[in-house]
Amino acid sequence: MTENNSAVSIRNVTKIFNQGRPNEVVALEDISLEIQPNEFVSLIGPSGCGKSTLLRIIAELLQPTRGEVQVYGKTAHQARLDQDYGFVFQSATLYDWRTVAKNVQLPLEVMGFSREQRKQRASEMLKLVELEGFENHYPWQLSGGMQQRVSIARALSFNPKLLLMDEPFGALDEMTRERMNLELQRIWDRTQTTIVFVTHSIPEAVFLSSRVVLLSPRPGRITEILDIDLPMPRAWEVREDPHYFELVNHLRDTLRAIEGGVQ
Amino acid sequence: MTTAASTPSASRLPRSARQLIAFLLIVLAILVVWEGAKYLGGDPWRADSNPFGIEHRPPFRVKVLSDLNLPHVWSIIEAFGNPARRNGPPLVQILFDAAVYTFREAFAGFVIGGLLGFLLGAIFAHVRLFERGCMPYVVASQTVPIIAIAPMVIIWLKAGWISVAVISAYLTFFPVTINTLRGLKSPDPTQLELMHSFAASTWTIMWKLRFPAALPYIFTSLKVSATTSVVGAIIGELPSGIRQGLGGAILNFNQYYISGPGRLWATIIVSALVGIFFFILVALVERLVLSGRYPKTEIS
Ligand SMILES: Nc1ncnc2c1ncn2[C@@H]1O[C@H](COP(=O)(O)OP(=O)(O)OP(=O)(O)O)[C@@H](O)[C@H]1O
Ligand SMILES: [Mg+2]
Repeated sequence: MTENNSAVSIRNVTKIFNQGRPNEVVALEDISLEIQPNEFVSLIGPSGCGKSTLLRIIAELLQPTRGEVQVYGKTAHQARLDQDYGFVFQSATLYDWRTVAKNVQLPLEVMGFSREQRKQRASEMLKLVELEGFENHYPWQLSGGMQQRVSIARALSFNPKLLLMDEPFGALDEMTRERMNLELQRIWDRTQTTIVFVTHSIPEAVFLSSRVVLLSPRPGRITEILDIDLPMPRAWEVREDPHYFELVNHLRDTLRAIEGGVQ
Repeated sequence: MTTAASTPSASRLPRSARQLIAFLLIVLAILVVWEGAKYLGGDPWRADSNPFGIEHRPPFRVKVLSDLNLPHVWSIIEAFGNPARRNGPPLVQILFDAAVYTFREAFAGFVIGGLLGFLLGAIFAHVRLFERGCMPYVVASQTVPIIAIAPMVIIWLKAGWISVAVISAYLTFFPVTINTLRGLKSPDPTQLELMHSFAASTWTIMWKLRFPAALPYIFTSLKVSATTSVVGAIIGELPSGIRQGLGGAILNFNQYYISGPGRLWATIIVSALVGIFFFILVALVERLVLSGRYPKTEIS
């Protein structure tokens, strides 16, 4: 194993589901990617190209068929044991017997934070995702977008070193989504965490990321890695920058070509 | 929850009141059918033997509707008030004491059976091999009739309320095992992945995810077990020779049925009431424990 300072180091990762059976799926093929500390990397690509699978492999929720993943110089397994991951799943995944506040506190409970710390962190996080006053609501009393914001608050609550976010804003309306984008960018700026972010929205990916990774489907491969060389931190006005449009258009064309090639 | 009250079509009465009214209406309907049948096909009604002073000759004669086979409702009510033995206390008091006695046995059986059932379910949920290896025996244990098991238990433990509780537990644990197992396995994969993502231990996953997710399933089985534990206790009393409980009362009044059918019927009614009481008790605890959850439990 070579010395390296990457936050995430993915080397020749291949994932084959149901290998050797008739329903075999090659979800990822020979993925290699280095993510530096405090980077914001977005994964973008057509549905079913293996974005969620890649996030799960990084978090050691799935084992790669071949290849290996290192996180801050440790094995993915060790990083998981060290509680380095904050995972926002594609579905909100709240526990319906817990109130909103209790859901946010779940990781803190597992990690042994004191009651006061838990309460304080939870109310801070809920403020961040604009859900003050909903502490004692149950998940089924919230809209889908609100539920997803609770799950973001939960992932942020313990300041994980690596945030893995699977389409966290997919269920939000345009206005809330824009506010959440600004908020996430602020959190990232403040906390110095590394973020791997999956999205279907090209403008969102360009606005937030330091790099965008484009995946092609069946089998999932990296088609292109694009540096987003827009100034940081980004204000909303970036979205009027001509270079911003260039990048968005470039990604849009490449993605169209990928999807066209598949069909 | 005020959800029901806020819909325009629902009545203004609170839910519990509506439930009570429905229950009383059903009781009334049963009484009407009961006496209606006797009016059509029972023994002749004598004016001095019914509260309304009705003199009536039913048009048909059906054997099962005779006063011996199916006593009048008022005969049963009357039986409650009369002493069962000469100069003894009224039957209600005897049956009340018997009901308390049997309920205690049933409760002990329910607790033992519930804990055993939960423990087995929890072990099966965590050790696949155990589930494969032991489940057939657990299922087989339920196919052996309780009548065959009861004497064995009494031989092992000596006749007493403990043996009765064990017999009752034998009837109770099975639904709890099945439902606990099902409930502990009910969390979906992402809910488990969430726990794994912050390296929660098996123990933590059990108490913070699996157990709370299983609670609605467990309560469903506990409601079944509450009623069967009463049946188990009554049956267990018979070979144990216990006379203080409802089983003893049933045996006793069955022997003297000819001289007073109302007493056996009264005992049956009390037995049913004990089961219903226990069921309601568990249902109330369930409502308390599951309050705030998605209201699917309220639909029942
Ligand atoms: N547990 C699994 N068993 C078998 N196949 C799977 C499993 N999980 C994912 N796949 C397959 O792997 C491929 C990639 O799935 P994945 O969920 O990673 O896609 P995705 O890029 O996240 O898609 P989307 O944008 O729709 O969320 C799909 O073809 C899917 O059918
Ligand atoms: Mg996905």
